[in-house]
Amino acid sequence: MAKRIILGAVAVLLVIAAAYGSFYIAPEERTMGVVQRIFYFHVGSAWAGMDAFFLCFIGNLLYVWRRDQKYDWLSVASAEVGLALMTVVLITGPIWAKPAWGIYWTWDARLTSTFVLWLLYVSYLLLRSLVEEPDRRALLSALFGIFAFLDVPLVYFSIRWWRTQHPAPVIMGGPGSGLDPTMSKVFFFSVLAMHVLMAFLIVERYSLEKMKSEVDILQREAEAQ
Amino acid sequence: MTSLTLPPTGLLFENIDKRFGGLFALRRVSLEISPGECVVLAGRNGSGKTTLLRVAARIVRPTAGKLSFPGASAEASGNGRPGYVAHSTMVYDELSAEENLVLFAKLQDVPQPAARAEELLREVGLYDRRASLVRTFSRGMRQRIAIARALVHRPSVLLFDEPATGLDPLGISWLAKALGEINRAGCTVVMSLHGESEISALATRAVQLDAGSVVADTKSGASLHSILTFGGA
Amino acid sequence: MSLLSNTATLLGKELRTEFRSRELLTTTVVFILVVLILFSFAISPTTEESREFGPGLLWLAILFAASLMLQPCFLREQTNDTLSSLRLAVSDPFAIFLAKLIANTLFLLVTEILMLPLFAVFYNIPILPQLHYLLLVLFLGSLGISIAGTALSAISAQARMRELLLPLLLLPLLTPILVVSATVSVSLLDREPVVLWKGIGFLAVFDLIFLTALWLFGEYLLEE
Repeated sequence: MAKRIILGAVAVLLVIAAAYGSFYIAPEERTMGVVQRIFYFHVGSAWAGMDAFFLCFIGNLLYVWRRDQKYDWLSVASAEVGLALMTVVLITGPIWAKPAWGIYWTWDARLTSTFVLWLLYVSYLLLRSLVEEPDRRALLSALFGIFAFLDVPLVYFSIRWWRTQHPAPVIMGGPGSGLDPTMSKVFFFSVLAMHVLMAFLIVERYSLEKMKSEVDILQREAEAQ
Repeated sequence: MTSLTLPPTGLLFENIDKRFGGLFALRRVSLEISPGECVVLAGRNGSGKTTLLRVAARIVRPTAGKLSFPGASAEASGNGRPGYVAHSTMVYDELSAEENLVLFAKLQDVPQPAARAEELLREVGLYDRRASLVRTFSRGMRQRIAIARALVHRPSVLLFDEPATGLDPLGISWLAKALGEINRAGCTVVMSLHGESEISALATRAVQLDAGSVVADTKSGASLHSILTFGGA
Repeated sequence: MSLLSNTATLLGKELRTEFRSRELLTTTVVFILVVLILFSFAISPTTEESREFGPGLLWLAILFAASLMLQPCFLREQTNDTLSSLRLAVSDPFAIFLAKLIANTLFLLVTEILMLPLFAVFYNIPILPQLHYLLLVLFLGSLGISIAGTALSAISAQARMRELLLPLLLLPLLTPILVVSATVSVSLLDREPVVLWKGIGFLAVFDLIFLTALWLFGEYLLEE
């Protein structure tokens, strides 16, 4: 319990520090101005979100292999946290795009792929809500989760290829846009902060799911009497 | 009824657990059934009879424990799997009786599927309706096509979940006679039943389940009558 | 080989069942037709626009139709619990999936081929010059839709609200198929057609990946 509180405190501190860093330490970007600072959280959330989904995938595989409930708890926790982080990505993207391009959404490859990914994990959680029996729910969602994760690179490459056929503005800089050294430091610090936040949220959500599962068992046993 | 050319096969359940979301449907069930026995599983609704039969049929995977079929032959058609009859016919309504049997015969590598289908249809008295779609069958006829399907691969173990459900007295008599013949031909029969009837009279042994555990067994001295009326425990 | 013979036997059953009632084929054909017509009412494309939007709309219609057509796939095995008897009878559960996905691909292809002439007429797009490539794209795309759809249909059949769930699971998953098939088709039906081999290769890769995943995990989809 104490460890969780410490993790939470560290996460909050790191995020605050990252915010400070992105506003006061990182130099202002030449062309885009203040709005560009959102980049530190936008990309940090995206990387942490992807890692959360990867963790969900590992949980899915381990559940199918081992059938231990704790892997199911890990999967749902990381899927929800990943979804929350991706929501941040999808909101911060347009916030940047509007001042930069005058429009909220440009169907750029990365943001569009993120959106499809977001839909896939919404479907994952929706599936879970529609299967009542816990072991069935765990197995079916694990299998869907595996298919969904295998789809991720396919979604990304297909949309990127589609974009080469119909070019459009790229949000947050294409490949090859270099970073000034101070910016780099702030950037990697933000990535770290978002990852620690991700870890803290997953741990909390995992414990919640564990408790829910135990209560559910007690309830079923009571009903069976 | 069906001439058996297979070695007599028994069933061995070793510490079978089946959990559905935290609740135990089967709890440390250990049971040894010898080849040729005709065993009745009795117990209240929800005592685990259907789950135990589905585990035996290998449709449901146990959470723990081991199931084996001593004496089973691996070269037999259908991989020596038991025949299984439940409340659903498990055949296709949109296909004819004959088409269904040929389908299941082919899937299980039964030699000469068409001939086997014809043989079975005659045995269960459905030969006249062989070209009719199963959708048009009455409850009694559906019971018979289900039995035919279960016997297609000449199993040496037959599992039957509540055989008498929905049958009229004539149907029950026919079924009792059929099951008697199957058992006498050497097939091990395990069936779940409620109460006493012509069918329960075939039993060489009875086992009572309650809350997923074996609570009484005629093998250990309990009386058949008391088990069938749930008084065994 | 038992897997192949089981698959062939089951495929025969799937085809026989469908050709007896033809309910899947007729409803799918009518659905695609209705969607294509409604699209042209909603968008009222000019001839040039038709060329640009038409193929994408066709693929969208195919996807919607497929997500409906695939629902009964495993649901019909629940009516009399035939899924249990199939599982008992076959030596490799993958045969069940293989037979169904081949059948579903065939059904989709038949409806698409029936729709093509109507599509060409309504959207004023000549399809004959590039027909062979078009059929290749239709095949690879439909195969991908069937593989994913058959797998997901087994999942949704075990959940509540299954009619709504299957499209919600399937459509996001099939985004790569939609994007790539539509792009390749547009390019094929352009005034100066270009065959985008990279796209076609991508479709084949998609099909292979999901077929392998289904092969690896199929038996767990059917487990109880």
